[in-house]
Amino acid sequence: MAEQVKKDNQDNIVIRFSGDSGDGMQLAGTLFANISAMSGNDISTFPDFPSEIRAPQGTLSGVSGYQVHIGPKVYTPGDKTDVLIAMNPAALKINVKNLKNSSVVVIDTDSFTKKDLEKALFSTSNPFEELGIGNISVIEAPIGSMVKESLTNSGLEGKDVLRCKNMFALGLSCWLFDRPLNLAESLIRTKFAKKPIVAEANIKVLHDGYNFGANTHASVPTYHIATSTKEKGFYTDVDGNTATAYGLIAAAEKAGMELFLGSYPITPATDILQELAKHKALGVKTMQMEDDIAGICSAIGASFAGSLAATNTSGPGLALKSEAIGLAVMAELPIVIIDVQRGGPSTGLPTKSEQTDLMQALYGRNGESPVAVVAAKSPTDCFDAAFWASKIAVEHMTPVILLTDGYIANGSGAFKIPELENYPSIQPHYIKKDQQNWKPYTRNEETKVRYWATPGTEGFQHRIGGLEKDYTTSIISTDPANHQLMVKTRQEKINAIANFIPIIDIQGDANADVLIVGWGGTYGHLLSAVNEMNENGKKTAFAHFSFISPLPKNTEEILRKYKKIIVCEQNLGQFAGYLRMKIHGLPIYQYNEVTGQPFLVSELVKYFTKIMEE
Amino acid sequence: MSELTYKPFQASDYKSAQAVRWCPGCGDHFLLNSLHKAMANIGIPPHQIAVISGIGCSSRLPYYMNTYGFHTIHGRGAAIASGLKVANPKLSVWQITGDGDCLAIGGNHFIHSIRRNMDLNIVLVNNRVYGLTKGQYSPTSDRGYVCKSAPYGTVEDPFRPAELAFGARGTFFARTVDVDSPVAVEVLTAAAKHKGASVVEVLENCIIFNDGTHSAVSKKEGRAKNAIVLQHGKPMIFGENNEKGLILDGMNLKVVNLGENGVTEKDILIHDETTIDFTLHLKLATMPFPEFPIALGVIRSIKAPTYDEEITVQIKDVQAKNPTRSLKDYLMKGEIWEVK
Ligand code: SF4
Repeated sequence: MAEQVKKDNQDNIVIRFSGDSGDGMQLAGTLFANISAMSGNDISTFPDFPSEIRAPQGTLSGVSGYQVHIGPKVYTPGDKTDVLIAMNPAALKINVKNLKNSSVVVIDTDSFTKKDLEKALFSTSNPFEELGIGNISVIEAPIGSMVKESLTNSGLEGKDVLRCKNMFALGLSCWLFDRPLNLAESLIRTKFAKKPIVAEANIKVLHDGYNFGANTHASVPTYHIATSTKEKGFYTDVDGNTATAYGLIAAAEKAGMELFLGSYPITPATDILQELAKHKALGVKTMQMEDDIAGICSAIGASFAGSLAATNTSGPGLALKSEAIGLAVMAELPIVIIDVQRGGPSTGLPTKSEQTDLMQALYGRNGESPVAVVAAKSPTDCFDAAFWASKIAVEHMTPVILLTDGYIANGSGAFKIPELENYPSIQPHYIKKDQQNWKPYTRNEETKVRYWATPGTEGFQHRIGGLEKDYTTSIISTDPANHQLMVKTRQEKINAIANFIPIIDIQGDANADVLIVGWGGTYGHLLSAVNEMNENGKKTAFAHFSFISPLPKNTEEILRKYKKIIVCEQNLGQFAGYLRMKIHGLPIYQYNEVTGQPFLVSELVKYFTKIMEE
Repeated sequence: MSELTYKPFQASDYKSAQAVRWCPGCGDHFLLNSLHKAMANIGIPPHQIAVISGIGCSSRLPYYMNTYGFHTIHGRGAAIASGLKVANPKLSVWQITGDGDCLAIGGNHFIHSIRRNMDLNIVLVNNRVYGLTKGQYSPTSDRGYVCKSAPYGTVEDPFRPAELAFGARGTFFARTVDVDSPVAVEVLTAAAKHKGASVVEVLENCIIFNDGTHSAVSKKEGRAKNAIVLQHGKPMIFGENNEKGLILDGMNLKVVNLGENGVTEKDILIHDETTIDFTLHLKLATMPFPEFPIALGVIRSIKAPTYDEEITVQIKDVQAKNPTRSLKDYLMKGEIWEVK
C-alpha cells in the first residue's frame, strides 16, 4: 500500500485529526495549527464536532474532527485531506470521501480490533479494502499500547494515560511536517500549567510519536511547507467567535464606552459570551439571562444607560429577539446583535453552518423596521466586522445585526494583533454640550441620527418607548402624516449610513465578463475559486459584500459592468433576491448549496466555468 | 454603591408635563400621585431615576414622570430594567408593571430578576384584568371570573404574586391599595430604600373592566375592618377598634379577639419583616379573605447581596489583581508569534 508521495514544498497541505469525541482531536488540531502558524505558515482551521455531546464510543456519530490547512497562502480550511489521522475505524470511514489521491493515513492499530470495526459498521477485517481505497500510504502505529508502555511510571493511571494518545498523533504529525518539538512543548506546558504531571506525560508521548515516525517510517516523505508572506507584526491564533468578542472590546475601547453583553447560551454562539465573561479586567460586563429575549432586553437597557450594548445568538434566538429589535428601531437606540448562523429552520443543524438568516436579519420584524446588517467574511474578519457593527450602531443610533456563521465562528486563522490607532474613530452620537431645545428625537437633519442623552444627565430627563412619536415634539403621536414621515426617516437614517462605510472593491480580474458575488463566511472559498479560475486563464471578477444594509454606495455601478453575475450563497438565493429587489435587471445566476458544510472550491470552479461557457 | 445626592424635592418635581390619559377614577391616578410623593420623600434627583415599563394601562406611567423613562414591550420591563441597572448601578431604577405584563408574558423575567436580587423597585399594579385590550382575564383573576375571554367563567386558579416572589427567593415584598396614599407612600419609600429586588403589589381598581375587585379594602372603612397594616416590630393588631389580632396556632395563623378567652396584646404575634425563613411572611401574604384580613404594608424585607453590586465588586476585585486595561496588552500577553 505504501507508495511514494511527492509533495512540492510550495503547496498548501490539509491535515485532518479525527477520532472519537474523547480522543482529544480538537486539542491536537489546535496545537498543530498554532505550531504551524508560529513556524510562519498561513493557517485556516475547521473543527467538525459531532452533534451529540457524548455519542457512544467508537461509533460513526461520535467522530470529532479538526482540519488544518497550512501553506504559503491559505483562505479556506481546504476541500480534501492530504494527511488523515484516524484514531479509530469510524474516523476512517467518515473521512474517506474527503481523502485526496495518494494521501497519507495514520491509524492507531490498537483501535482497529474486530470489535472496533464492528462499532463502525465494517463487515470485514480489512477496512481499507472494504472502503475501496488503495492509493494511499498508511502509517500503522500501535498508539494505545505504546502510550501505555511509555507512561507506566509517569504518575498517571488508567484513562488519564490514554488521554495522552492525541499527543502521540501530534508528535507524529510534527515529524511528518518537520516541525521542531519545542513549540509544541511550550504550548503543552502552558495548557497544563496547573497540572505539571499531565504536562510532562503529554510531552513524553509527544516525543514518542515523533520518534516513532523518525525511526520506523523513513520511507514516507515528510512535508516542508513554505512560509507565508504575511504583513510584519505580532500574530495570534483566533477563531471567529473570539475575534467577534475582541472586536466588540476594541470598539468599546476606541469609543471610550463601557461594553455590555446580554446573552443566552445557544450553539454555535455561546463562545462569544464565554470569551467576554473573561474580560472583567477590561471592564466588560456580561449577563447570562433567562432566555434570548431577556438577553437582548438587558442589552437594550444597557444601551439606554449609555453602554456599547450587544447580544449574541444563533438563528432561533434571533427569531425570539425580533420584537425587541423592533423596540430598539423605534427607540433609536444602538445595539449590536450578533447572529452566528447555523442550519435551520427550527432547531435544524445546530453544529453546522448556513447563510439562511439573511432575510430574517433584514426583514424579520413587524412594521417597517430597517436595521443595518453587516456580515463577517472569515474568522479573523469577525474582528473588523464587530468593530464596524459597533461603530455604525453608536454613531447612527440604530440596531446593527452582525451575521457570522458556525463555520467561521469555530474556524480559526492567524490574527494580526491590531493597532487600534489605525482603526477609524468611533464617536457616539451624544447630545452636544450646549444642546438647546433638545427633544429625544431631535436629529441631525443630514444623517437623520438623533442625539443621545443618557440617564443620570441633569436636565435631559426624557421618555422614549415603542409607541410612535411626533417628529418634532417627540411625544406619542398617531397622526397619519407624522407616521409616514417617521417611517421614511427611519429608513433614510439607515440609507445614509452608505456615506460612511467603505465602497466595494473588485478582486480577481476586474475586466472579466463574469462577476462572482458573495457575502459573509464564504469569502475564503469564493476567493480560492476565483484565483483558480484566473490562474487557469478564465477571467473572473469577484465582489464580496461585508455591508449588506445599506449596500455600499457603488454597488449598482459595479454590478452593471458585468455580463454575468453569479451570486453564491449557502441558502436558496436570499442575497440574489435582495439584489434583484434593490437593483433591477441584473443578469444574475445563482449558486446555492445548503448542506451545512462549507462550499467546495472544486465545485465552485466547475459551476463558474459552466456559466462562463454557456 | 449608590452615590446619591439628597436634597429636598417636591412631589411636583417628579411630574412631567404630559397630559395623563387613564380613565377618570382609574387606580393608576392614585398610584402616580403616591409615587411622586414617595420620590420626593426619598429625595433622589429626577435625573438619577429611571422608570421602566412594559405594556398595559399602568405601563403608560413613565410618560407622566419627569425622570428618565422607557415604555418598552410587553412583559420585558424587568429584563430591560436589569440591564439598565447593571450598566449604571448609580441609577434608582423602577419598574412599573401590570398583572398581565408581569405575571403572564413577563413571568419569566419577573422571577429571574427577583432571584438575582437585582436592585429594582418593581411596582406590580394588580387589577386582576387586562384593561388595555378591553377586559380579558389575567393570571391573577379569580377562578370562575366571567369576562369577554371567559364568558362562562375561568377554569383556572390565579397566581398569588407573593408566592412567586418568595418562591424566587424574594428579599422584599410589600402590599398597598391604590387609594391608600399613606401606606402606598410608605411602602414605595421602603421599597426604594431596600437594596435588592423590591416587589410592591398595588391592589388596584380598574373602574371600567373590573370595578370593585378589591372592594373589601378600597374604602377607608373597609380597610379598617378587612385589612391589617403590618409594621415591623409591632403586634399584628387590626380591626375598626384594634380589637383583633393574629396569633400562631400550631403551624397556622389564627384570628383572635383581644380580651376574649384571656387573650391580651402580649399573646399577639410581633411582625418581623427580617426573618430569613419566609414561612410566616408567606402565610401573612396569602391569608384567605374573609376568614382573615388582607395584609398590607411591608411583609418581608431582608438583606442579601444584590446582583448589580456583586458584579461591580467582581470587576473591581479582578482589576485589583490584573493590571491589563487594553485589548492589545491582553493579546500581547497571550500565545503570540512575530512575523519579521
Ligand atoms: S381600562 Fe381600567 S386600568 Fe385601564 S385606564 Fe381604564 S380604568 Fe385604568
